[in-house]
Amino acid sequence: MCLGIPGEVIELLDRQDLAKVNVSGVRRAINIGLLENENVQPGDWILIHVGFALSKIDEDEAAAALAFLEGVGQAYTDELDALAESNIE
Amino acid sequence: MRFVDEFRDAEKAQALSGQIAALCEPGRHYSFMEVCGGHTHTIYKHGLEDYLPESVSLVHGPGCPVCVIPMGRLDDAIYIAEQPDVIMTSFGDMMRVPGGKGSFFDSKAKGADIRMVYSPLDSLKIARDNPDKKVVFMAIGFETTAPSTAMTVLRAAADGLENFSIFCNHVTIIPAIKAILDSPDMRLDGFLGPGHVSTVIGCKPYEFIARDHNKPLVCAGFEPLDILASIYQLMIQLRDGRCEVENQYTRVVPWDGNLKALQVINEVMELRPYFEWRGLGFISHSALKVRPEYAKFDAEEIFKIPGIRVADPKACQCGEVLKGVIKPWECKVFGTACTPETPIGTCMVSPEGACAAYYNFGRFTRERVKEATRA
Repeated sequence: MCLGIPGEVIELLDRQDLAKVNVSGVRRAINIGLLENENVQPGDWILIHVGFALSKIDEDEAAAALAFLEGVGQAYTDELDALAESNIE
Repeated sequence: MRFVDEFRDAEKAQALSGQIAALCEPGRHYSFMEVCGGHTHTIYKHGLEDYLPESVSLVHGPGCPVCVIPMGRLDDAIYIAEQPDVIMTSFGDMMRVPGGKGSFFDSKAKGADIRMVYSPLDSLKIARDNPDKKVVFMAIGFETTAPSTAMTVLRAAADGLENFSIFCNHVTIIPAIKAILDSPDMRLDGFLGPGHVSTVIGCKPYEFIARDHNKPLVCAGFEPLDILASIYQLMIQLRDGRCEVENQYTRVVPWDGNLKALQVINEVMELRPYFEWRGLGFISHSALKVRPEYAKFDAEEIFKIPGIRVADPKACQCGEVLKGVIKPWECKVFGTACTPETPIGTCMVSPEGACAAYYNFGRFTRERVKEATRA
């Protein structure tokens, strides 16, 4: 729940506050409404908390965040499993 | 020296370690609190204390939202979950946390419909799919998750959903830090500021710590090097006699925070007059509740919650651990009666709790400490 997970925006969805995002190979809808002033586009990296993008980050930071998360181990696996079950509309 | 886990850039870490040691004044001891559970996790995982001179110690703070929920609040949540036609939804982190009468998992085993969700928006979907049920979201977390809950309530309102509510347990980090600063048994020289919470609130809210309490604070990232670099920045400030708020994690944390996130929190929620924190007691203006304008999404208004208060188990010293007064291994039940499999206290439940982090990764160091104490 506390883990910020990096993801790459794949496409913007019809609802303007949603985007399809690739998170460690899992593609899910993520809410980008909290970044409405940041002009999020496909190819951008975002840091995701509980289904919401909280900040835009660069690719280096995304790689660093992923390295951290892989070190976290079980909690990260649990979070990815939960994300895989997620079905945000 | 033996490291729990090697990490990349170990050479840079050694260099920082040397620079920190060079800044230590002879005879002076330095205590820094890392407020955030994510930092605690990194520190134990990578054995960062082994990179620090003996005169620098790290104290674990209250920044694990699962850990600070008082048992009575969980009993209230279970009370709601066990009402007719209710589906309770919760982040996985909360499922094993023991209340006075068991956990969400225990209640689920007895027949309550309690489901794990990744996002509050998943709860909203469950509500849409189950119009004849009352779907409640167990909202927990600091300012990192509060905007998500608020956005979800706004969405429920916009969609005209009638069967969705939140049981709001969101807490705010600043009053907790203030309570620790005001605590008579605490002597700290500075703070590592939380990373993700600061993404939302920015760095300005910490300025009172520098101004009124003469302590430096550095907002820190989550990698081992981030933490060592932030400790270095704190040491430089102390050497120069400065007390300022600095941002080491500029890659993610904007100085002003996320204004949209702050605005939606403020739209949906307001400060409670006071809220009980596990281990810290009642702290005024330290938690959020749903504003009256959104009362129909407030589980506390919909269900007559009993407002249960439960004293922490006598053997459990989570309170002292959360305030940084004792280290996890100094608790009487640590690793014996209280383990991640059978937790007594909240700090052992969450992987970001100081006790669980220490239990999982701290063995080498703990044995080292024991040997040192014996000698």
